[in-house]
Amino acid sequence: MSFVDELDAWPRERVAALYDNVTETEVLSAIGREERTLRDLAALLSPAARPHLERMAREAQRLTRWHFGRTIGLYAPIYFSNLCAADCLYCGFAVCSGVKDERVTLTDDQIEAECTALKNMGYDSVLLLTGEAPKVVPPAHIARAVAISRRHFSSVSVEVYSMDEADYTLLCESGLEGVTLYQETYDRELYSEVHPRGLKRDYAYRVDTLERAGKAGVRKLTLGALLGLFDWRLDLIWTAMHARYLQKHCWRSSVAVSFPRLRHTPPRFRVDFPMSDAELVQAILAMRLFLPEAGFNLSTRECGDFRDRVMSLGITSMSAGSSTRPGGYVTKGEEVLEQFEVEDTRSPEEVVAMIRRAGYDPVWKDFDRAFHG
Amino acid sequence: MQSIQKDDALVIAGRRFGSRLMIGTGKFPSAQALRDAIEQSGAEIVTVALRRVDLSAPEAQGIMSAIDPKRQLILPNTSGARDADEAVRLARLARAAGMEPWIKLELTPEPRYLLPDPVETLRAAEILVKDGFVVLPYIQADPMLAKRLEEIGTATVMPLGAPIGSNRGLRTRDMIRIIIEQSNVPVVVDAGLGAPSHAAESMELGADAVLVNTALADARDAGTMAKAFAMAVEAGRMAWRAGLGPERGEAEASSPLTGFLVEK
Repeated sequence: MSFVDELDAWPRERVAALYDNVTETEVLSAIGREERTLRDLAALLSPAARPHLERMAREAQRLTRWHFGRTIGLYAPIYFSNLCAADCLYCGFAVCSGVKDERVTLTDDQIEAECTALKNMGYDSVLLLTGEAPKVVPPAHIARAVAISRRHFSSVSVEVYSMDEADYTLLCESGLEGVTLYQETYDRELYSEVHPRGLKRDYAYRVDTLERAGKAGVRKLTLGALLGLFDWRLDLIWTAMHARYLQKHCWRSSVAVSFPRLRHTPPRFRVDFPMSDAELVQAILAMRLFLPEAGFNLSTRECGDFRDRVMSLGITSMSAGSSTRPGGYVTKGEEVLEQFEVEDTRSPEEVVAMIRRAGYDPVWKDFDRAFHG
Repeated sequence: MQSIQKDDALVIAGRRFGSRLMIGTGKFPSAQALRDAIEQSGAEIVTVALRRVDLSAPEAQGIMSAIDPKRQLILPNTSGARDADEAVRLARLARAAGMEPWIKLELTPEPRYLLPDPVETLRAAEILVKDGFVVLPYIQADPMLAKRLEEIGTATVMPLGAPIGSNRGLRTRDMIRIIIEQSNVPVVVDAGLGAPSHAAESMELGADAVLVNTALADARDAGTMAKAFAMAVEAGRMAWRAGLGPERGEAEASSPLTGFLVEK
């Protein structure tokens, strides 16, 4: 029994039925309850909750402050390869995306240089990213990148392709703290449509990735759906179920949720389920009410003004000053393919100043390398 | 608050402290808010999560900048550790970096409720006590575990009132009462105290000290809340020393009904 079996019991129609006949009274009692059911979550995500965003925001802020205090964690991504054999229709890295920019994999020295640049900006927590090219960038290569980064930073996480449990064990031995892996969409049918080739086609293998990582000892598991790919009201219910599943089955790992909104896509892809700012806010608030203790991330995909306003409503961790191209901090220029265009282009100092102005304490370090052997 | 009577100092591992309120340093909105809380509480023991500080280069604006080591004992804690080995490594690292060999053991492998793991806590305490540390373990309100830790040689026991950060108060009251009754080391109620009345209740019960964090960090005015807690701790302590009358289920008339039965 794994999460994919649980998902089989919750097909599209059954999740959609959670939204049937949601009343305003249900929305209000979902806001007021101490523990919330999936039906409550659906009520909070439903159009019926829209007139009550302010009440939801107050409760979301209260719960976030209660669990995390007035602190915001800071991290930066390091893209160390943009080679990709997958062909996710919505992604700039996809092999057939039609984009001609340069494909590179950083050497160890170049990774070292990126680390030094980020360390000088004050970072102590990084997320290493690659495309899906396990033949060119195998798990052992990723483990080496983790080991290099770990010499500079207390906390190193990866957002790479889905791997076996033994691979995650190897990464943990190299000093890994967390794994981020988005399911993109939990809807089987659409998943199959937008992932026409590569390892990523295997829906079940991807769904169960974070559980394999947790079993291997990964301490922080970050999940999310790519918002805009499918009906976000359904994908967020599945995301919440996945988070609860991981909390029960990988009880030693903390579970966090990201809210990546699909914005910049290659010309061949059309966003069929665009999500407005108000809808993203509603999504974050509803998810906070359902998962009060989960870390929530908001990246530089979102613009500065929006991030500033949403930060105190449930977010616990933010990236800043990010580059989404390999070598983007020092070694490589604009000829190299980036995954997506960063919307919030402010420097880390500017973001830190904003966090302080909002009455929050920016947290650079929240992990210690002594936790590893 | 410096007014606790001199003969009523809190003594831990032979060291005397004038305040019975300890402060945790997570979750504060700024170093200034934390500084206010420490200042106004008069706390002399301030605990710091080692995972939050860079021992090789303490930040100018970070947690450590809010603490005055001449007035407060910095009590490093192992929060974030999932097993005894990790906690022991952290403790030794802190000592090697020049901190005093005091350690607040926090072994909370489950990140959702952050409840302490009794098995790993006992194991880590054994290693660290033998290694010469003054060990203050954060534990579930389990009287047997408290006795076992005391036998190993921990300097205190620190049972939780409710889950960390929950502000729920003394939910484990009955077990804490037993721990206090049986303990030969100071009992510090740690975690879950959300209001000064909870702190007073703990002290009235006979706890030797309390530790608070979230209740201060979360307050609109951390300094004033810290002062309120300090006053509550002192009031609770005074009441315990003065000897509280027993609770009764019904009223007791001050003019007794059987007063006419006077023996001749």
